[in-house]
Amino acid sequence: MMTPTLSHYLILAAVLFSISIAGIVINRKNIIVLLMSIELMLLAVNLNFIAFSHYLDDIAGQVFVFFILTVAAAEAAIGLAILVVLFHNRGSISVEDINEMKG
Amino acid sequence: MIETIIFYVFAVATVTSACAVVTVRNPVHAVLFLVLTFFTSAVIWMTLEAEFLAISLVLVYVGAVMVLFIFVVMMLDINVARMREGFVRYLPLGLAVAAIMLMMMLSVVTSDVFVMDLGAEPVHGADYSNTKELGAVLYTKYVFAFEIASVILLVAIIAAISLTMRKRAKTKYQSPSAQMKVRSGDRLRIVKMPSSEEG
Repeated sequence: MMTPTLSHYLILAAVLFSISIAGIVINRKNIIVLLMSIELMLLAVNLNFIAFSHYLDDIAGQVFVFFILTVAAAEAAIGLAILVVLFHNRGSISVEDINEMKG
Repeated sequence: MIETIIFYVFAVATVTSACAVVTVRNPVHAVLFLVLTFFTSAVIWMTLEAEFLAISLVLVYVGAVMVLFIFVVMMLDINVARMREGFVRYLPLGLAVAAIMLMMMLSVVTSDVFVMDLGAEPVHGADYSNTKELGAVLYTKYVFAFEIASVILLVAIIAAISLTMRKRAKTKYQSPSAQMKVRSGDRLRIVKMPSSEEG
């Protein structure tokens, strides 16, 4: 076993990001898992930022992660609020049924 | 040596639980696996000396966002069978896209072009405080970004409340402003009429 270096963390983040990409493609009908895949993607990006921040010895990356966490929390709150309203109005949250605004 | 073991154990746990998030059938289980992913990532962040962010990942994400997710998933009546439609059909496409992206990213990360010869890992003393370092720049150098983040959170609060607040037709409400605005003339009518005499 090699001691973890920067590329180990970058590879881990790349694997996580690819899993979430696959999750978005295969769960096209399930809007809740879509939202969760987006969270997973942000987590992978955050891991990259923190790894670079540690190995370059620069705190700016961690500040950026802090703001990403803020924006992701806001995004999750608004996304779930839209989901709840959608469920109350339509009785389902299937992606297929959300074509009201089709041009 | 112990860092190596911690990294590999928690990296494997992260990847496994992330796979489970996108493949399990029950959305509640998916949320719980996402919680596990966040926990194991927090441990990995801690090995990178980002203690404050690791703790805030657990507090903010697991404590608030994931609880919100579980709450919404349990509140909605989800038709799991309907949601799983197309899962098998899109599985090869999803795996192909993920494999291509992974190969591209790995070729960049592990290539000679991108070798970051950083030398030894920076070592901090025992009195190094990640929280102090972060706080020192957060309220000075990044104070405007910090204020924008607070505005974003305010917008999220207002949006979430105004989206989910509904007026039900059947419920009876008090209207305090209408109660305050009422005048005695609106409620009481004095009628003058001549007294009738017995005759």
